[in-house]
Amino acid sequence: MKRLQLTEIVRPQLLALACILLLNWFVFPGFFTITWQDGRLFGSLIDVINRGAPVAILAIGMTAIIATRGVDLSVGAVMAVAGAVAATAAVAGQPLVVTLIAALLVGLLCGLWNGSLVAFLGMQPFVATLVLMVAGRGVAQLITEGSIVTFSDPALIFVGTGSLLGLPMPAVIALALMLAAHLVMRRTAMGLFVEAIGTNRSAASYTGLRTRTVILTLYAFGGLCAALAGVIAAADIRGADANNAGLWLELDAILAVVIGGTSLLGGRFSIPMSVLGAVIIQAMNTGILVSGLPPEFNLIVKASVIILILVMQSDRIGEIVARRFARLKLRGKT
Amino acid sequence: MNPRYRPLAATTLIFIVAYALCIMQYPSMWSTRVLGNFLTDNAFLGIAAVGATFVIISGGIDLSVGAVVGLAGVLSAVLITKLGLHPLLAFAIVLFVASAFGAGMGAAIHFLRVPPFIVTLAGMFMARGVASILTQDSIPIDHEFYRTISSLYYLLPGGGRLSVIGLLMLLVFLVGGVIAHKTRFGSYVYALGGNPTSAALMGVPVGFTTIAIYALGSFLGGLAGIVYSLYTSSGYPLAAVGMELDAIAAVVIGGTLLTGGYGFIFGTLIGVMLQGLVQTYIVFDGTLSSWWTKIAIGLLLFMFILLQKLVFSAQGRRTRLQKVPA
Repeated sequence: MKRLQLTEIVRPQLLALACILLLNWFVFPGFFTITWQDGRLFGSLIDVINRGAPVAILAIGMTAIIATRGVDLSVGAVMAVAGAVAATAAVAGQPLVVTLIAALLVGLLCGLWNGSLVAFLGMQPFVATLVLMVAGRGVAQLITEGSIVTFSDPALIFVGTGSLLGLPMPAVIALALMLAAHLVMRRTAMGLFVEAIGTNRSAASYTGLRTRTVILTLYAFGGLCAALAGVIAAADIRGADANNAGLWLELDAILAVVIGGTSLLGGRFSIPMSVLGAVIIQAMNTGILVSGLPPEFNLIVKASVIILILVMQSDRIGEIVARRFARLKLRGKT
Repeated sequence: MNPRYRPLAATTLIFIVAYALCIMQYPSMWSTRVLGNFLTDNAFLGIAAVGATFVIISGGIDLSVGAVVGLAGVLSAVLITKLGLHPLLAFAIVLFVASAFGAGMGAAIHFLRVPPFIVTLAGMFMARGVASILTQDSIPIDHEFYRTISSLYYLLPGGGRLSVIGLLMLLVFLVGGVIAHKTRFGSYVYALGGNPTSAALMGVPVGFTTIAIYALGSFLGGLAGIVYSLYTSSGYPLAAVGMELDAIAAVVIGGTLLTGGYGFIFGTLIGVMLQGLVQTYIVFDGTLSSWWTKIAIGLLLFMFILLQKLVFSAQGRRTRLQKVPA
């Protein structure tokens, strides 16, 4: 019996985004107004993609990890570490290239650490990345020596607040990364490897797939994405805050991936849809802000969204709906 | 010795060695005062960690504990100061709300068949959100009952104070241990963590047990929140942020297997004490910054996960019953 899948009929994510944007427009009539000022676009919509960029970047890295039935809880902490490295390098007077390479290298190392725990020691991903989640913020504070390191390097600040072709820099970076990752996944065999591992890791190994190398690569890429998001977040506030940079963003990233329709049970994923998920989350955040409701409602709304998605994705609900549907069909025939 | 007690013995041994090393450096750490403070300062963490132990033994995870602690503290504060209820009545309401909350999460996990970590993640958002809507500031609780409880303690020889909340934590560990190891419900929990399918085939009521486990976890989270409000004499919606990780770390350091089916309540007590020891050592040292606590706990966590891996893969090789990596 084929399970009835709502996701196959319409893309519910697009519908959800349209609904949220429409709601935002009701509570804030100027929501869709976009103006051109000082050589860049301004407006609430632009703000949504700008603020949503860090979570989108995290979600790009997280998608493939979740597709292999893994999860990376350490991305928030890695953001803090990378931000701290970037800030200290900028304060030391290093040029932008060195700063970026240093921060991204640290993120890559964190990802490799997570990946080797999962791939070679066979730890549960949840547990393996928990270690860095706990210790990472400590390391970040060690780098910034417990204070908030502020910097004024214009090149680094440009990464967080500048604009390219009128679009804010973070959004440009997120879009470019999304395209690159999507092409690698869908135009090479990588995507198939990921789906094979997510469906059945042992079977994938028996077919001769180097599952360990693939998993290691995915976690390393996740770390790299987290570092990039960390640099953007630090550049945005012109400082590295080891305690608050990227706090709770791992949860937003997981939520974005889940909203995008990637199954937590592995084997099915889409990177552009995860980015769309991140945009939906940010549209909700912005909507709550512009509507004047206290930002605390955000958490409750997010929780309700997760529950709604879980109900929609649930096998059992699908079975019940399918059974009802089959019964209706039978009745129609007789 | 029974090999199944080995990880527990290792944890206990490491704690004793670590404590001995600390005492060698700072002899004044060997006093009932420090021990008494150990219990008082970690009471809320310990109580929540007992709940986390049950959840983890059953093969699940509860990320909402910290948020439940915050919500319980705020709810008690609101009920006592805004509505003027007697604290005991307020506690009963708080514990009921927390248990119902946990039961709801358990039901979602069982009936929707979704991974516990995502359900409890939603629970965490929900609890923090509700707590923040109730109040955004810290509400001080100024009540006769709170003052009485805070001033009650049992004076140990050597000047140490065994406070009410410290004793409560020990009591929770005792009761938790009895439930886990001596009751039918306890064996259901272990059976579920070992293999849910065989547990169901053996006649374990999987649905009821799952719901009861998460209800128990949140009940203890609520109790921990009440203890936290007694400890700080206030309710704050952002209290105990990230505490779920400390609780999970305590459980893992205590030798409980994160894949479920194996673990001891007593081990969690050692795990909590070991974390307390790290904090106390850093306070005694004075030159180390508090962020070393996080790094040290992360390292401890890593060491113990590695240790478990080694012990259990050695056993697995012997019995040829290696688990397929998840």
